[in-house]
Amino acid sequence: MQTNVLAAGGGWWKYAAPNLFYPLAGKMIPWFAAAATALCALGLYIGFFVAPTDATQGESYRIIFIHVPSAWMSMFLYVVMAFWAAVGLALNTRLSSMMATAIAPTGAIMTFIALWSGALWGRPTWGTYWVWDARLTSELILLFLYLGFMALQAAIDDPRRADKAGAVLAIVGVVNVPIIYFSVKWWNTLHQGASVSLSKAPTMAATMLTGMLVMALGFWMYSIAISLARVRAIILERERRSDWIKELAGNA
Amino acid sequence: MVWGGWDNFWAMGGYGSFVWGSYGVTVVALAIEVWLVSMRRRRALAEVERNRRHGGEGR
Repeated sequence: MQTNVLAAGGGWWKYAAPNLFYPLAGKMIPWFAAAATALCALGLYIGFFVAPTDATQGESYRIIFIHVPSAWMSMFLYVVMAFWAAVGLALNTRLSSMMATAIAPTGAIMTFIALWSGALWGRPTWGTYWVWDARLTSELILLFLYLGFMALQAAIDDPRRADKAGAVLAIVGVVNVPIIYFSVKWWNTLHQGASVSLSKAPTMAATMLTGMLVMALGFWMYSIAISLARVRAIILERERRSDWIKELAGNA
Repeated sequence: MVWGGWDNFWAMGGYGSFVWGSYGVTVVALAIEVWLVSMRRRRALAEVERNRRHGGEGR
């Protein structure tokens, strides 16, 4: 079996085997969960008690501390999901495909939060909850890509066939991510351009930026923790007839 | 307290429903996700246990 070949090589590759990855992920989850809790607590403290009122938007701008982190995670998780799906497709590693399957629901939730918080931010600042501009529309398409990936996999009984079909959809859908990111440059959108970029200084107060970045880190750690927890459940579901799982259950 | 009282804090300068509507739904969504994953794990473990007891029939 493919995973055994990888495991024989030693090193970190051996964790491509579900039976070795399962306990490792179990040990990592509490650390990522603790980091997520601490970072979000700190980020919310900075966001609500340190960062000043915005000169033009008043207090409504404080939605930024969940809007931007969730929007970033929605795009980042999609790329990570497509990466693992592609690895699973190319190398036929079961765990990679399971990782992709585990990330999809979290990506969908992050996309939903970005759209929801964006709507509630749009109303006081633009006067509308929704507008069909390029940024908002492409983010909505991202939500449909996540949901389509999940629905497609759920519709196919054989897990390995579901992995492959999902992988194709995930890989094709990657084109949407740069479209979301650059939409505010390529088209004339109601949505503002990036406040943070690598090429120029951020166009916001330092404490606002700090709060936003800390929250983004917190969302990142949360996403890792919950995806690892979900992939463990998926491993249990798929490998339940293997001996190591039965041993694990027998010992518990 | 920079807000001069909790009333001001919850009011969010008149944007309370927008700000707390965003944060509230986020907290609920993440709480539901954590709950769903823990239920999924519990179901999977029960299935493993059933398989082990009954000689590994399963689907």
